[in-house]
Amino acid sequence: MTANAIVSVRDLRKSYKTGFEALKGVTLDISEGEILALLGPNGAGKTTLISTICGITRPTSGSITVGGHDTLRDWRAARQMIGLVPQELSLESFDTVMNVCRFSRGLFGKKPDDAHLEKILTQLSLWDKRDSKVIALSGGMKRRVLIAKALSYEPRVLFLDEPTAGVDVDLRRDMWRVVGDLRASGVTIILTTHYIEEAEAIADRIAVILKGEIILTEDKAALMSRMGRKELSVRLAEPLTAIPDALAPFNLTLGPQGDTLVYTYDTRSEKTGITTLLNAIRDAGLQLVDLDTQESSLEDIFLGLVRSGQ
Amino acid sequence: MNIPAVRVIFEREMARFFRTIIESLISPVISTALYFVVFGAAIGDRIEMVEGVSYGAFIVPGLIMLTVMTQSVSNASFAIFFPKYIRTIDELLAAPVSYVEIVLGYVGAATVKSVLIGAVILLTSYIFVDLPIQHPGTMILFLLLTSFSFSLLGFIIGIWAADFQQLQIVPLLVLTPLIFLGGSFYSIDMLPPAWQTVALFNPVVYLISGFRWAFFGIADVPVAVSLAAIVAFTVICIAIVAWIFRTGWRIRQ
Repeated sequence: MTANAIVSVRDLRKSYKTGFEALKGVTLDISEGEILALLGPNGAGKTTLISTICGITRPTSGSITVGGHDTLRDWRAARQMIGLVPQELSLESFDTVMNVCRFSRGLFGKKPDDAHLEKILTQLSLWDKRDSKVIALSGGMKRRVLIAKALSYEPRVLFLDEPTAGVDVDLRRDMWRVVGDLRASGVTIILTTHYIEEAEAIADRIAVILKGEIILTEDKAALMSRMGRKELSVRLAEPLTAIPDALAPFNLTLGPQGDTLVYTYDTRSEKTGITTLLNAIRDAGLQLVDLDTQESSLEDIFLGLVRSGQ
Repeated sequence: MNIPAVRVIFEREMARFFRTIIESLISPVISTALYFVVFGAAIGDRIEMVEGVSYGAFIVPGLIMLTVMTQSVSNASFAIFFPKYIRTIDELLAAPVSYVEIVLGYVGAATVKSVLIGAVILLTSYIFVDLPIQHPGTMILFLLLTSFSFSLLGFIIGIWAADFQQLQIVPLLVLTPLIFLGGSFYSIDMLPPAWQTVALFNPVVYLISGFRWAFFGIADVPVAVSLAAIVAFTVICIAIVAWIFRTGWRIRQ
């Protein structure tokens, strides 16, 4: 377990009676105060993983601790720390916004505190709607109510399962702001999303789950530096068998036909080294036919991982 | 014990009851009044006294039990079926709430609703008949135990039911016949001997008989047997609920 891990998942497996194995030995540490984006295609096991950590689904084997509390043996202490914003808009339609929040707060063992609820509802632009029945709210508003409910009991770890699915751009940015505020107050956030842009915007770390297995966990900064890299392909008139010694400092790779030199550079650095490279190529007596540049995004990386995994 | 959780579940259920006060309270009262008109006034006048009690008064305990049993089952089954249906039950499953606390909240509220309905029917009946209560303590005990055990039964049905149709099936096909044939409107002494034996296999007979004894001191079966029957029924329901939660049957995958 990582020293400051607030959520620690070890070799977690979940099989259903049908024989379907939704989680195949997931091991994952989530550090206190970080925002982890859990990415994966539909059916990869994102929701099953979250549901199992939250106690909605029973694990077949493996262990989970939250704040050092085992979620099966010490379930009450573990669950008291966890907030969940589910994917589906499941709410008591005929109750008011304030009441559904009061209910959630009580359910998690907290004493009534309308001042705290007022703060949350105001933060989520729901205070004006506090006496409205849930059924009268728009989809986006209902999504906010789900977040308000989860925040009403002041969790230390918050799971957001597709929080911005079907939500307009303004609201999405509002939610990112709320997530930022929560992180600032020390809440650990685990977010599943289909929007890679969202993960880019708010996550500290990215985990990719595929067919019930975590295939990558990496700091966003490291991924962003990968994203920030571009490739320059230089097509030559005559194919080469090896890269000339004079071009060695550029760490080039030779294309499969031998007629393309590929140069990787950082778009964010002050000097890309392109001019020097082109001069060196000319000095080496090589003749150019074409130039091409390509940029890899997180989405490309993600899709590449998914495809290679499937 | 997570007292705030029990409180909010209980309060939400009671709020639903008061929000739908017409359906919750007025409709059982109206149907009871109709039973009085039909059985008490129209037919009752032609029926002689039953074991020294006027027919109008004789049917009151049965009527209360009839309503308490059906309302307990319908309230408790709906209370847990609905969150399951709209998936708000996930919040309950993820919350630091024990099974006992969940049952206390939902079944507790359903029990209180039934007791309230029973009390209102009892008061309504005084408009129509003169009603002695010889053993008030026993009467309250039977009312509480019946409300509680049938609320537990409703809770079990609510968890078992996969759709609205199943939610209706048990009350309609099993409970209503058992309750109507359980001696709500007659003493089983009035049945032919063979049917009297059959009637003794109907658990509802014991409850109505015991409850009626609390009013008039007359019973089809000894009151101790009635009490044992309702306690046994309660224990069976508690055992089933405990098993459901231990295995997660139909609620937790």
